[in-house]
Amino acid sequence: MVSGWAYNRGMSRRVVITGLGVVSPMGVGIDALWEGLCAGRCAIGPMTRIDASGFACKHAAEAKEFSSARDYVPKNYRKAVKVMARDTEIAVAAAKLATEDAGIVTKGYAEEHAALTYEPGRLGCQIGAGLINAEVPELSAALSTATDGAGAFSLAKWGESAVNNLTPLWMLKYLPNMLACHVTIIHDARGPSNTLTCSEASGLLSIGESMRVIEQGRADACFAGGAESKLNHMGVLRMQLSGRAAQTESGEDGASIVRPFDRDARGLVIGEGGGIVMLESEETATARGARSYARVLGFGAGQSPSRGDAARRAEGMVVAIRSALRDGDVEAAEIDAIVPHGAGVLRDDEAELAALRDVFGDRLASIPLMLMSPMVGELSAGAGGVAVAAAAMALRHQMVPARVHGGSPDARVLGGRAEKRPAKLRRILVVTNSLGGQNAALVLSSD
Amino acid sequence: MSRTRVVITGMGWVTPLGDDVERVWSRLMRGDSGLAPVTRFDAATFSTNFASEVRGFELDPALVEFAPDAHLNSRFAMSAAASAWKSAGLGDVRSMGGEAARRAKIEPGRLGIYLGAGEGTPDFDNFAASNLKGWDAGARDTDTARWAEAALARLRHASETEQEPNMTAQHLADVFGARGPSFNCMTACAASTQATGEAAEILRNGDADVMLAGGSHTMIHPLGMTGFIRLTAMSSRRDDPATASRPFDSTRDGFVMGEGAGVLVLETLEHATRRGANILAEVAGYGASADAYRITDIQPDGVGAGAAMRQALEQAEIDPMRPDSGGRPPVQYISAHGTGTKENDSIETRAVKLVFGEQAKRIPFSSVKSMFGHLIQAAGAVELMTCIKAIETGWVPPTINLRHPDPECDLDYVPNTARDMRERGGVDVCLSNSFGFGGQNNTIIVKRFSP
Repeated sequence: MVSGWAYNRGMSRRVVITGLGVVSPMGVGIDALWEGLCAGRCAIGPMTRIDASGFACKHAAEAKEFSSARDYVPKNYRKAVKVMARDTEIAVAAAKLATEDAGIVTKGYAEEHAALTYEPGRLGCQIGAGLINAEVPELSAALSTATDGAGAFSLAKWGESAVNNLTPLWMLKYLPNMLACHVTIIHDARGPSNTLTCSEASGLLSIGESMRVIEQGRADACFAGGAESKLNHMGVLRMQLSGRAAQTESGEDGASIVRPFDRDARGLVIGEGGGIVMLESEETATARGARSYARVLGFGAGQSPSRGDAARRAEGMVVAIRSALRDGDVEAAEIDAIVPHGAGVLRDDEAELAALRDVFGDRLASIPLMLMSPMVGELSAGAGGVAVAAAAMALRHQMVPARVHGGSPDARVLGGRAEKRPAKLRRILVVTNSLGGQNAALVLSSD
Repeated sequence: MSRTRVVITGMGWVTPLGDDVERVWSRLMRGDSGLAPVTRFDAATFSTNFASEVRGFELDPALVEFAPDAHLNSRFAMSAAASAWKSAGLGDVRSMGGEAARRAKIEPGRLGIYLGAGEGTPDFDNFAASNLKGWDAGARDTDTARWAEAALARLRHASETEQEPNMTAQHLADVFGARGPSFNCMTACAASTQATGEAAEILRNGDADVMLAGGSHTMIHPLGMTGFIRLTAMSSRRDDPATASRPFDSTRDGFVMGEGAGVLVLETLEHATRRGANILAEVAGYGASADAYRITDIQPDGVGAGAAMRQALEQAEIDPMRPDSGGRPPVQYISAHGTGTKENDSIETRAVKLVFGEQAKRIPFSSVKSMFGHLIQAAGAVELMTCIKAIETGWVPPTINLRHPDPECDLDYVPNTARDMRERGGVDVCLSNSFGFGGQNNTIIVKRFSP
C-alpha cells in the first residue's frame, strides 16, 4: 500500500492520468469510444429512451450498450442500484472501469486479503453532475393519487396522505452528490470528495480540482470527471425550452445534425455518458509501477458574463485557457491539438471561437480540433471526463481521430470531414464553456 | 516556501432572522427563533407544516436588473454578496453597473466565485399539472407526447433555466464583473463550507486574489418539503413549531427547514494588506472527507467527521489534545453541524470527543440551527460567519430549546443562553462543521488575525 503525504506546504506535486473509465454513446469502455472516434462513427440516432414525437428534436446520442450499473457494482451493492438515477449508474460504472484500467485495487472489488493500492483516506473523488431530473412517470404515479373532484392536483391531499405513495428514498436518488457518494462508498474512498454542478463545465472543473487536491498533497489519487443523462422528460423539455436543441425530423440521418463552429449550426443533440479518469500523483503512480497516459500539466477556470457580444462572452474562457497555459508553463504555440466543447449551438460556439482566436490567433486555422459533439452529442456534465479520456488516448496513440462535421465550417478553424491521421502530439488543450458561463481548460502532456 | 495566507475581509447574509449582520447577531445572542408555520405555500396538511422562512426580503431593484428572472436562492445570494462586498470596503455594487471588480481595482480575471448554491425553485404548480395531464391512468404510465404538449405550454424557459444550480454564480459574476475561477458545488448540507474551504485553496494556490465564497438555498417548496418528509429527517412537532429545532436535546425529532444565503469575501493576505482592508479573520484550516459508508446513514463512530476536523486542525497547526499556550482549550468555539436529528447530534458529539479527547468538554459547542433552522446548502457559510462574530465580540451563541439533556450528548452546548467568553480569555480560534447526506464532511477553522 502506498502511504500518504501530510498536507503539503508550498511544494506542488506532478499529476498523471493512469486510468480511463468511459460510458458513452459509442459503447462501454475507452476502447469503444476511441475506435468510434477514429472511425468517424456517429452515435446520434432516433431518440428511443422516451417517445420523442412531442418534442422538436427527435434524435439523441444514447448510451445504448449500457443498461444498468448492476454488472459493475460489487455483488453486495446490487440492491443500491435501485436508488441510483441513470447519471449515477453511469458514474459508478465509469469509476469501476477507471480503476480497472489503472490497475488500482480498491476495497469494493478486492479479492479477500488482497492488498489495497491506496489507503482509503488518500483516495479522493471529484465528480461533476447535472441537476438530476426526477423521473416524471415515477412522480406522476404518486401525484395522480392526489386529485380533487375535478381531477386537478390537490396540494392538500398530497400533504395529507398521497405523499406517502412516493418511495421514502425518492429524493436521495436525485441529489447531485449521489454520483460521488456511491463511488466513494463502493471504493471506500475517504479523502476529499466534491460534486461540481456547473452544467457542461462540471466534468472538466472536477478534473481540475482533483489535480489541485493531489498537487497540494490532500490525496494521492482521485476519481475525477463527471456523468450525466438528460434523456428523460424534463431533460429533453428543458433543452428545447432553452432553444439550444436542434429541431430535427424523424428519419433524418443523425450524422449531419450537429455542426460545431458552423454558420449553419442547428443546435445540439442530447447525448448521455460519463468519463471518470484516475488521477494520481506521479510519485505514487511511479512507485507502484503504473503506466500513465498523460501528465496533467495545467488547469485554469474562468467565468464569462451572460450578456454582450461574442468577444465579451469569451472573456471567461480566455482567462481559463491563459491560466491553464501559465499553470503548465506552456506557450500557446506549443499546443498540438484542441478538444473544444463545440456543442453546435451558434451563440455558444461563437464565444468559444472568439476565445480560441484570442489565444491562438491565426494559427487556430491549422490546429487539429477533436470535434466530438457531431458523433456523441452534448454529454453535459459527462463531457469533460469523456473529452479528457479521448485526449489521453490521442496522446498515447499519437493519433488525431476522424471528423464527421457535415456542414459548412467556419473558415477560421479546421472543419469538414477528415479521416483519422497520425500526428506528433505532445500537448493537448481541452476546453469547455457552460450554460452558466463557467469555463474550464486543461492542458495534457505526453511527457 | 511558506503557505499563502488567506483572510476574510467581508461577509453578508440573508437569514430567517434578518439580513443585517449586527441585528441578526444580536437576535442570536438573545436566543430568538425564526421558526413558524410555512407561508410560502399552503402546507397545512403536510406532516411538517412549519419552517424557518426568510420574511420581508426584497432584492434591491438595482440588483434585480442584473437578473430579472433570478429565483429566490440567487436573489438571496446577490443580496448577501452585495453586503459582503460593502463590508469589505469595496463599495456599493448597486451603482457599479456590473464593473464592481474593476472599480475596486481588482483585476476581473483575479476575482473568482466558489458557491455551494442549491438548485432554484421548481415551478411546482405547472409541473404537477403537466404531470397529471400526461398521466395515462389505464396504462399507469406517462403518455410522453401528451405530457410534452402540456409541459411545453405551461413551463417557461427562464424559470426552468434558473433551476440550474450554477446560475447563481452567473448572476454574481454579472453583478461583480468577475472573470476568475468560478465553481458551484452541491454536496448537500456541507456545500457552502466546502465552497468556502475550496475557495481558500484556490487563493493559496495563486489562482485568484479575491474570492466570493459561500452558498444559498431554499427548499421551502412542496417538492423540497416532500423529499425530506419522506426521508423522515424533519421535525414533525406541529403543535410547537417555535421550539421544534432542538439540537442535542433528548426530545429532538429532526431538523427544521430553513433558507437563506451567506457570502464571504476571501482574499490573499497580500492582496488584503495592499489595499489596506480591514481583516475580520484568517482561514486557518480546511478539511474535507467522505464517510464512504452509506447513502442514508452517518458512519456511527464519527470517523469521517473526525477526519475532516483533523485535516483542518493539521492545516491550522493546532494540536487538538492540548490546551493552547494560555491554558484555554485548543479551539474556543465549535459551531456544530447540529441539525437536531437523532443520528447527527450524537455522532457529531462522538466525533468531537474522538478528535479533542479530554479537551472536548471544555469547548463551547453550540448549534445556531436551533434558532435559524437548517439553511441546507447555505448553512455552512452562515455558521462560519457566526464564528467570526464570536471572535470579534468574545461571545458565543447558544443552543436554544435544550431542556432535556441526552446522555449521548454530554458536551457543553451553551444551552439556552449566549455566553460571554471574555472573562475566560475570549475567543480566538473557532471550528465550524458541516456534514451532508451521503457522507460529505467539511470543516473550516477561522482564527483572529494577527500579522
